[in-house]
Amino acid sequence: MFNKDNFYNIYICGVGGQGIIKTSVIIGEAAMNEGYEVVMSEIHGMSQRGGVVSTELKIGEYKSSIIEKGHADVILSFEPSETIRGLKKSNEGTEIVFNTSPIIPSTLIQFHQNYPDIKEIINELKSNFNNVYPIDGEKLAIESGSLLSLNMVLLGAVISTDTFPLSKSSVIKSMKNNLSPKFHDMNLKAIEKGYNVVK
Amino acid sequence: MELNRLVKGKKGEKQFLLGNEAAVRGTIEAGVSIASTYPGTPSSEIGNILSVLAKDAKMYFEFSINEKVAMEVAAASAASGIRSFTFMKHVGLNVASDSFVSVVYTGIHGGMVILSADDPSMFSSQNEQDNRHYGRLANLPVLEPSNPQEVKDMIKHAYNLSEDYKIPVLIRTTTRVSHMRGIVEFGDIPETVNLNEKINSTKDNHWKKGFFKKDPKRFVPVPDNALDMHKNLVSKMKHIDKIANNSDLNVVFNFSDKHNETKATEANNKNSEVINENSEANNENSEVINENSEANNKNSEVINENTKNNDKITEINKKNTENKTNNKKFGAIASGSGFNYVYDVINEDNLGIDILKLGFTYPFPKELVVDFVKDLDGVFIIEEVDPIMEKEVLATFGENQINIPVFGKIDGTFPLIYEFNPDIVRDSIDKVLNHISSENKVHKTGNVSVKLDGKLTDLFENLPSRPPTLCAGCSHRSTYFGVRRAAEELGIANEDLIFSSDIGCYTLGVSPPYETTDYLLSMGSSIGDACGFSKATNQKIVSFIGDSTFFHGGIPPLINGVHNNHRFVVTILDNRTTAMTGGQPNPGLPVDGMGDVAPEISIEKIAIAAGCEFVETINPINLMKTVDTYKRALEYDGIAVIIAKHPCTLIKGLKKRRSMIIKQDKCNKCLDCITTLACPAISLEINKESKEKKVIIDDTICKGCTTCLQMCKNKAIGIKKD
Repeated sequence: MFNKDNFYNIYICGVGGQGIIKTSVIIGEAAMNEGYEVVMSEIHGMSQRGGVVSTELKIGEYKSSIIEKGHADVILSFEPSETIRGLKKSNEGTEIVFNTSPIIPSTLIQFHQNYPDIKEIINELKSNFNNVYPIDGEKLAIESGSLLSLNMVLLGAVISTDTFPLSKSSVIKSMKNNLSPKFHDMNLKAIEKGYNVVK
Repeated sequence: MELNRLVKGKKGEKQFLLGNEAAVRGTIEAGVSIASTYPGTPSSEIGNILSVLAKDAKMYFEFSINEKVAMEVAAASAASGIRSFTFMKHVGLNVASDSFVSVVYTGIHGGMVILSADDPSMFSSQNEQDNRHYGRLANLPVLEPSNPQEVKDMIKHAYNLSEDYKIPVLIRTTTRVSHMRGIVEFGDIPETVNLNEKINSTKDNHWKKGFFKKDPKRFVPVPDNALDMHKNLVSKMKHIDKIANNSDLNVVFNFSDKHNETKATEANNKNSEVINENSEANNENSEVINENSEANNKNSEVINENTKNNDKITEINKKNTENKTNNKKFGAIASGSGFNYVYDVINEDNLGIDILKLGFTYPFPKELVVDFVKDLDGVFIIEEVDPIMEKEVLATFGENQINIPVFGKIDGTFPLIYEFNPDIVRDSIDKVLNHISSENKVHKTGNVSVKLDGKLTDLFENLPSRPPTLCAGCSHRSTYFGVRRAAEELGIANEDLIFSSDIGCYTLGVSPPYETTDYLLSMGSSIGDACGFSKATNQKIVSFIGDSTFFHGGIPPLINGVHNNHRFVVTILDNRTTAMTGGQPNPGLPVDGMGDVAPEISIEKIAIAAGCEFVETINPINLMKTVDTYKRALEYDGIAVIIAKHPCTLIKGLKKRRSMIIKQDKCNKCLDCITTLACPAISLEINKESKEKKVIIDDTICKGCTTCLQMCKNKAIGIKKD
């Protein structure tokens, strides 16, 4: 079991505008409220113009907020191809929770690139990692009331993984402290949907 | 967290704060009365938060027109006896440097703190200059926090230091500190002067605001006075040197005998008391050190030779790794983020290396360093970006005849450029220790890093890139399309047309398909550069500058251009906000930094007043008008000013009016819309079964700007009917 002498590293990635930083802050604040030490890295600025966004959360007695190569306990990815980009932080035991709905860059044609096949991504991940959780996040978010709740679906999914050290109730409390009361019901629904799909 | 906790949070409360949020709380706990900035990442959030909270925090806050003015606002306020704060990105301090260097000469009454947010690895900047150099250039104290708690605490600390010695203090953060989150414990909030209260000045109530007491000897650096000022500054810094050597911002983390975190000052106090009190004792002290270092000499000769050449180190160390390093005692001196990385590496790998963490880095605490290294066989220096501490350490070793190897950037142990991370620091230390490479590091679960192979490697290596792009509906796209079309219609070849650009979203025009950025130096440089190109070449020149950037640094070069008879086109991309840094107001808007109504300054009138005779304001979304205006401007003999005015799509509250749709029956799949506009809303869909290609517009992304509708030669794009 996770305790105060342990470390837990969460790598969260996706595309600008998906609510990645907010989700990360909610987890970090929950960790603080549960009495853990926690640090986090986030990058603002140009990356928010449709670029790659990632945050790194480290729970435990760390000083530095950057996760070492191979040291993510979980990768939470908001976009399928970005999951692959995040693998530099993975080890064989890393749990991989990811949204299967793609965001296709508008620059594909200019750069003569192709977007990878989602099924191939899922199969490759499953054959290389033991704990892989592909989630149709967009569908669950729309069912919860709005596509905007995608980040809460994924938050619900990640907190239900076996190794996740924080309690569901403290994460929900932190969500309420960080998001407008207007959307609490929808966000709760989204967290539940994400939670149940992994459990 | 709700933002107002930064004002309302009581002593002892803990919050999970961004470095920049912690900076805001730091200014509130320090009783700052006035704050000024020009927005720039990675310092932008400080201003964004202050613009919301300043009134509640009883603080006056402004987005100044540029960093130099922000510096002057803070300097004059501090001269009037109140605490002032100015903050900017690293290159902002270049703009402010003229007044910055002088305010260190004049000194201040109320505390003055300058925060410079440096950007190692250039996440959002044109360079990664190390602003600790400015501490040495201007000769003022420099503090370097490593985490949000320290950002807050060091700001408070800096104000006391500033007022004790009547000198401004520079705080240097980096992106990784400004944009790091960590747990921050709040302290008390004092009573302060509230500049927002409107009180008519009478003899009795000067105290309700600051008061500037005339003293030309102190505040007017004409040569006669400046001679004294420099002398005084040197003497102040001599005193502050002692403070740095005894500062509790400098801490030893003891890993060699498993005790944690002793105050460096405690260990050093005996030493430095002796040093301060009399020089005889000082001599004895250094004799001891000399003896030590002589003894060290023999031990370290081998290593010294090796450090001269990094390849040599690796080669020799590989041969006899264990016996060479195991019985040596190393130390580490680190600051800023570098400290975080080296702490984690030493802690996790049980390296038994003590760390001297320096938070007060200029004046450089030489005595502390001499004391720290007295039993060491070698010392690592971990700092981002330039080898500044390393050179100080080498100089200190030279002065004190200490002869142990210094492993830093100069000898090639650590990289000379870009930001560090734990892997880089581990692998750098491994060049000396040879047994801790990050390649072989095992996760606590026993799992090893995934080595991507087979199909996974293919997937990884062929991932589509996601360069930052102009947003859907961004009017810069239309302007760029318009200027290209105009040049084409006039028969001007691409190589005969120079695009001199500036700092802002529009710099993204450097990428294909626009390629409308050929030359760029700094804020406002697009117009000054155009002046140079105009005399040096016979090419046509079109410059691009944003509204905020024009106010910041574009006005003097425009006047220069008119007065000196230059010939070029100036485009002021007026999107009604300072977009790249997150949407701050600027003088062209009817609102100020605290949300109050403010006079709106007309760019058009400035251009006319500067003597420009061709000044036209267009809506760049109207392509025909845009192309026509550029055609006339490109043929104009003089300076033609085009103000391309259209609000940024990210401005809150803007209503979307419509979406575009491809009329599939008319689309001949020329793909011009995709290849010339590169709008995030337009993409090519390929049917998996039939392989049939189809251009589609995503109406959740489309902002309805109609640029594509206007440019499509086949009239295959229409307005979607709901």
